[in-house]
Amino acid sequence: MDNTFLQTFKIQGGNIYNAGKASTEIKAILKQLGINAKIVRRVAIASYEAEMNVVMYAKQATLKFEVSPSQISITVEDEGPGIPDVGLAMQEGYSTATPEMREMGFGAGMGLPNIKKNSDYLKIESILGKGTKVTITLNVN
Amino acid sequence: MKLETIVNKLGLRLLCSEKKLKQEITGGYASDLLSNVIARSKQGDVWVTMMSHANIIAVAVLKDLGGIIITEGREPDTDTIKKATEEQVPLMLTTLSTFQVVGKLYEMGIHPGS
Ligand SMILES: Nc1ncnc2c1ncn2[C@@H]1O[C@H](COP(=O)(O)OP(=O)(O)OP(=O)(O)O)[C@@H](O)[C@H]1O
Ligand SMILES: [Mg+2]
Repeated sequence: MDNTFLQTFKIQGGNIYNAGKASTEIKAILKQLGINAKIVRRVAIASYEAEMNVVMYAKQATLKFEVSPSQISITVEDEGPGIPDVGLAMQEGYSTATPEMREMGFGAGMGLPNIKKNSDYLKIESILGKGTKVTITLNVN
Repeated sequence: MKLETIVNKLGLRLLCSEKKLKQEITGGYASDLLSNVIARSKQGDVWVTMMSHANIIAVAVLKDLGGIIITEGREPDTDTIKKATEEQVPLMLTTLSTFQVVGKLYEMGIHPGS
C-alpha cells in the first residue's frame, strides 16, 4: 500500500441505543486494506471507546481516520463539556456515566484505559466548556 | 467446539446467522458491562449476557466474538436482530440465568479463551 487512506466520520452525541457505526466501518475498511487482524482489532477497540465517549458525553464530533504504510491514526475532536481532570478520567473505574447509561452496560470507567492499552500513542487535550480532542496512533509494524 | 453443539446441548433459540453454526467456539466470557467485554473477551469467545440492546452487536463485531447468548428470557428488539443479521453475529436466547449457562458451558469444556 503506497497511498495514505483518509476518511472522516461525523459522530452525533446522545443516541446511546445504537452507536458504534464509525468504528464498525473503520474495522471493515482496515480488514479490506489487508491490515493484520490483531492490529485491526486494537484500532477498532480504541476507536469504539472514543466514539462512545462522544455519544455519551459530548454534543458532536468529527472522527478523522488515517492509514499510512507505517501508521494508523484516529483523531476525535468533539464539541462538549471537556474533561476537568484528564488524569482522573484515565483511571480504571472512574466514570460519570448516568444511571441510564449504566443500565445499557456503559460506565465501567474502562473506556479510556482500553484506548491506552490498545494504542501506541495517546494524547488527550481538553478545554472545559469547549470540547475534547483525542489523538490515537498505532504503528503498523 | 462448534457453535452448533452449544446451541443443541443448551437448547438455545438461534435468531440469526445460521451460517455461523459450523464455526469453532474457542472460549467464553460473561459480563454485562460493555467496556469490560471489550477489555477481556477473546476472539472466538461465546459471550453470555443479559443485555439485549443493539450495542452488544457492535462489541461482538469489534472483538470477533463467536456469538452472543442472551439469558433470563430477555428478547432483543428488532433493531438488535437486524444489526446482528447484517453483521452475521449469532444471537441465541435462553430462559436460563447467566450463572446456569456459564456452568453448563464449563462442564462442556468451554473455558476462558486465550
Ligand atoms: N469526550 C469526552 N467528553 C467529556 N467527558 C469525557 C469524554 N470522554 C471521557 N469523559 C469523562 O471521562 C470519564 C471516563 O471515561 P471512560 O471512557 O474511561 O469511562 P466511561 O465512559 O465512564 O465508562 P466506559 O467507557 O467503561 O463505558 C467519563 O465518565 C467522563 O466523565
Ligand atoms: Mg467510555
